[in-house]
Amino acid sequence: MSSTTAILLTGVLVASACALLGNFLILRRMAMMSDAISHAILPGLVAGYFLAHGPNLLVGFLGAAAAAAVTVFLVEALQKTRRVDGGSAMGIVFPAMFALGVVLVSKFFADVHLDTDAILYGNIEFSAFDILYLGDRELGPQSLWVMGALCALNLSFLGLFYKELKLTTFDPGLAAALGFSPLLMHYATMTVLSITTVGAFTAVGAILVVALVIVPAATAYLLTDRLAVMIGLSVAIGAVAAVAGYFVAVALDASIAGAMVTMTGVLFAAALLFSPSQGLIAKARRTRRNRARFAAEMLVVHLFTHEGSAAQAAESLVAHLSDELRWSVETARQTVARALDQGLVSQAGERLALTDDGRQTARQVLAR
Amino acid sequence: MPQQAATLEGHPPPIESRPADAAEAVTVRDLTVAYRDKPVLWDVDLAIPAGTLTAIIGPNGAGKTSLIKAVLGLLPLAAGSVEIFGHPYAQQRRLVAYVPQRGSVDWEFPTSALDVVTMGTYGQLGWVRRPGAEQRGRALACLDQVGMAEFAGRQISQLSGGQQQRVFLARALAQEADLYVMDEPFAGVDATTERAIVTLLQDLRARGKTVVCVHHDLESAPDYFDWLVLLNVRLIAAGPFAETFTPENLGRTYGGRLHLLGERYLAVGAR
Repeated sequence: MSSTTAILLTGVLVASACALLGNFLILRRMAMMSDAISHAILPGLVAGYFLAHGPNLLVGFLGAAAAAAVTVFLVEALQKTRRVDGGSAMGIVFPAMFALGVVLVSKFFADVHLDTDAILYGNIEFSAFDILYLGDRELGPQSLWVMGALCALNLSFLGLFYKELKLTTFDPGLAAALGFSPLLMHYATMTVLSITTVGAFTAVGAILVVALVIVPAATAYLLTDRLAVMIGLSVAIGAVAAVAGYFVAVALDASIAGAMVTMTGVLFAAALLFSPSQGLIAKARRTRRNRARFAAEMLVVHLFTHEGSAAQAAESLVAHLSDELRWSVETARQTVARALDQGLVSQAGERLALTDDGRQTARQVLAR
Repeated sequence: MPQQAATLEGHPPPIESRPADAAEAVTVRDLTVAYRDKPVLWDVDLAIPAGTLTAIIGPNGAGKTSLIKAVLGLLPLAAGSVEIFGHPYAQQRRLVAYVPQRGSVDWEFPTSALDVVTMGTYGQLGWVRRPGAEQRGRALACLDQVGMAEFAGRQISQLSGGQQQRVFLARALAQEADLYVMDEPFAGVDATTERAIVTLLQDLRARGKTVVCVHHDLESAPDYFDWLVLLNVRLIAAGPFAETFTPENLGRTYGGRLHLLGERYLAVGAR
């Protein structure tokens, strides 16, 4: 397998595995938990390295998973004291765990190869070189097996417990009353998240993994109002970011993991701007359209009110509008043009008159 | 309200699957519930007969929501016990539908009205099994019962408050329960929804179901309910509505705050 294929596949798998879980973290407002876990597993990795007398995938993995479990437990325990809130609890626990890891590395492994860069930024570049063997048989790049297993784990977790995850996230009270323990689902989610973080961490490092978990799901959330669609979109967005990131990194000769995560940010920004339902541009356009419609309604109501009155002649002059309705000359001109266009008013010289349609519209507006 | 009194005297025979031998839908004995050291319910003894439309009424902080949460096993009991149709709640989950306060969930959640109602069928499905056409069909029928069928595909944040409340009621209907426990179903709803809810509750009672609501509005209560529980941390009084809704009981429930409620309610209570 070529190096490019291995890196691309690893990237797509890790991004998909992370994005799947991210959906429920976003909806449970627990986005930062993955950040906490990814940092806090460092002492576990070091302990694993120490126990196995060197880099060992399985032992390192178990150590990191144990550290993740300790982190989740400590955060919950701190929250339960009710002396600190959830965000602060994470802010206290994960730097402490990370710092412990840094101390351990500098104390015991200053002279061996436990690379801090690899811990922080991952080593997806070397995906193709770390080959997994079964006896003498070559099974292909180890990272593909790890990330593939993570994807399979997360897919089956969401597939099996989709209903339970949805219910405990949306309405924990009803879930508990029906016998689906929200606490159990919380711990299950945290366990799967820990395993995912530990696995993804070896590819993209401690700092970037949180972005792969959160950003694709946050992007998908802007694009749909159906949970199943959101999950599918998040995986697609993660995969696209991974592939695009790889080629950007190659073109710029820059960090692959960094470029992949940057691409998730780019896609998020695009969704934030251009989403048809929730995007900023669509929202601004809606606001402008509403304002224009309201202005036209004001115009017809104004003309309607003065229709047949002694002041009608003065009130229906175009020039009068900017004074009376507090419009700029430009707004007045645009509104009159639009109202003429829609057949709500007719114009004779400087004077405006309501059409039958305009009168009808004014009555409807006033009846609202 | 003579027809309600008649209903109360001879509890109507169970029409569906309600356990025939249980005259009491909810039995609470010596219940104390505390948050940390602060008791929110003190030594409550209570029996709610099956087939009634019961209001739980009391001032803010009286423990009304805590009482129903304790009944549903959502709060740890500091002391006492709760039975549903004569058995512990854990054995009776399938017989109980729950309508939480509307504000207790995030209505921005990416899902449709029909999907929320389908959640009512999850209890019967149990773990892992997914809802299918049968469950969705039942959910749609329940939406129809609350006059919301045309909104089935609507994203839930785009419903009005009253419509959201009706979605919650439809979800409870989809649970096909015998006891319906509701936390302020009338809070902040429009007049149309209020009428729809009342009709629905009375229909449930006519079918032999039991309904227990936390309720705030003393003025409407006599028209809607036939059994009353007055609560203020301790149980003040419980019984048939007309007998229990007396100025004296209300005075004991609301204490010094009663005068704020105005003479009107006392007049209602005395009629």
